[in-house]
Amino acid sequence: MIKLDQVGKTYADGTEAVKDLCLEIKEGEFCVLLGPSGCGKTTTMKMINRLIPLTTGKIYIDGVDVYKLESNELRRGIGYAIQNIGLFPHLTVCQNIATVPMLKKWPKPKQRARAEELLTLVGMDPGTFIDRYPSELSGGQQQRVGVARCLGADPPILVMDEPFGAIDPITRNKLQDEFLRIQAKIRKTIAFVTHDINEAIKMGDRIALMREGVLVQFADPATLLSSPKDEFVRNFVGADRVLKGLRLLKAKDVMKKPPLTVKVGEDPMQVKARMERDKLRWAMLTEDDGRFLGWITWEDLHASKTIREIIIPPSVTASPDTLLNEALSMMLNSAIGTLAILNEKECLLGVLSFEIIRDVLGQQVGEAQTEP
Amino acid sequence: MKRYTMVGLLLALLLGVTVWMTSKGSVGIFKMFSGMKIVSATLRHLQIVAAAEVLAIGIGIPIGFLSTRHAFRFVSPVLIGIANIGQTVPTLAFIGIAGALLGMGYNAAVIALFVYATLPIIRNTYAGILSLDPAIKEAAQGMGMSKWQVTSRVELPLARPVIMAGIRTSTVVNVGTAAVAGMIGAGGLGALIMTGIAVRVMPIIIQGAAPTAALAIALDALLGGLEDWMTPRGLKVLKKAQWQE
Ligand SMILES: Nc1ncnc2c1ncn2[C@@H]1O[C@H](COP(=O)(O)OP(=O)(O)OP(=O)(O)O)[C@@H](O)[C@H]1O
Ligand SMILES: [Mg+2]
Repeated sequence: MIKLDQVGKTYADGTEAVKDLCLEIKEGEFCVLLGPSGCGKTTTMKMINRLIPLTTGKIYIDGVDVYKLESNELRRGIGYAIQNIGLFPHLTVCQNIATVPMLKKWPKPKQRARAEELLTLVGMDPGTFIDRYPSELSGGQQQRVGVARCLGADPPILVMDEPFGAIDPITRNKLQDEFLRIQAKIRKTIAFVTHDINEAIKMGDRIALMREGVLVQFADPATLLSSPKDEFVRNFVGADRVLKGLRLLKAKDVMKKPPLTVKVGEDPMQVKARMERDKLRWAMLTEDDGRFLGWITWEDLHASKTIREIIIPPSVTASPDTLLNEALSMMLNSAIGTLAILNEKECLLGVLSFEIIRDVLGQQVGEAQTEP
Repeated sequence: MKRYTMVGLLLALLLGVTVWMTSKGSVGIFKMFSGMKIVSATLRHLQIVAAAEVLAIGIGIPIGFLSTRHAFRFVSPVLIGIANIGQTVPTLAFIGIAGALLGMGYNAAVIALFVYATLPIIRNTYAGILSLDPAIKEAAQGMGMSKWQVTSRVELPLARPVIMAGIRTSTVVNVGTAAVAGMIGAGGLGALIMTGIAVRVMPIIIQGAAPTAALAIALDALLGGLEDWMTPRGLKVLKKAQWQE
């Protein structure tokens, strides 16, 4: 747990970088510090590990004032990824990652084993990369090593200053996914800086939005999107904030049961009668074991044809973990009104439709309009 | 390798000339210096250079390093200023002043050379450490290295090639300056040259000058190799990558 209590920082030249900041990051929570350039994010991070002394206020880690601890001990317990990566150019990837283990005097083989483990964790092949030097890596690989390095001695707390800053959007997206996957496993208490609203929404359990050294709003992503506190927040999250809200939900959160599911072995005319009764123009078709096969329409059903002959195979399907914004664009791209959601065994779990998504959006807009 | 072939050829040429001059035995009424005399003068020369250089390294690196520390921020501009201006004083003037102030002889020469040799070492140490990317130092601190660990594990290894370059420059310059120190009676190869000039016999001058040049070239190559050897591999890779860009 990290707690900032009325923290303020005034630099020697009079710049008030942080003003009266109160923030509490819970155990295992992923807290994102968000804000425009120069709003004091880096300053706040460096105050946590005492690279920058505070002017006013107190910072506690697990209830202990950080100034009560020996500074180097404190820092070895906080994984730190700096804004500019800052790998040591004269040390190998292995030595870079094992910096804190080395400082903690772990035996050499254990350091190397740890470096290998962490490289694998960030999606790099230890065999290829462990003995390289930082200048022999691409920018994205360097940032991964930076992330691996901050995990070096398995610290309970991570302080990460734009760890995915200088990467192209595709690699960045991949790294974000990987990091979320890692975090789900290791459950660290994380303070994570970014100035990218999309990254904040995707990664954060809670988002602290700062402006000119002041904390403007501290809330979970859904609240930040649905009820921005003031004009600044509204502008910062963007005019498309309702659409952005779709990123917060997965298909499995809102999908519905299909109106009618038909097994491939059923009699066509009975199926047709059922569809007429329920006024349905189409039904979804599965194998006897539940595997999804495709669609059938009312017009195609004939006594002379088996059901297998009239299947319309699906052009696109989604998984339960597909984000709603992705699901929506899949539907728009392939011009279908209903998207089948399949599990990894291709069994049909449910469907998404424009109506369902519209209802979700409607709820969010409703929430937004009821704000005080 | 090509570089070392060149160095080898040059050295062979210079030593050949020296041996040739020595083998003349005498020019007119003047006797040439003996081979023994040249060897002992060379050793003396080396002794002066080495003594001055060891002192210069021992003093220069700490001064250069301390000048980069926050606590010395008021003194360091003065120190670095002196180091810069000091290097523009011609060696001849330097030796002259040292002779006038400290008297003649070996000690005066060593002290003069030492002061002169310290300047590039201070300057390079200072520049080498200041030119490091601040992000690297910050990462080191932020991960919990003590001040001493930041210095010994990060700053000095990264600045080492630049510091070594300073030592190399100062050594090579010193070989020449030590020859001038022959003027104030310190001995060494400079004494042979002075004698040659006094009696205006070119072969005798060459007997002193050629070994001096050979010494400078040999030490330069040697320290160049050392510099290369002491450069962390990661930095060499970096340099190569930058070349290719
Ligand atoms: N050492 C310093 N001395 C004086 N002012 C500083 C110093 N470091 C930062 N500042 C100022 O403090 C303010 C906050 O800086 P900070 O680095 O915390 O911003 P940031 O939110 O991390 O910005 P960015 O997104 O660009 O990294 C800025 O106005 C900056 O100019
Ligand atoms: Mg910053």
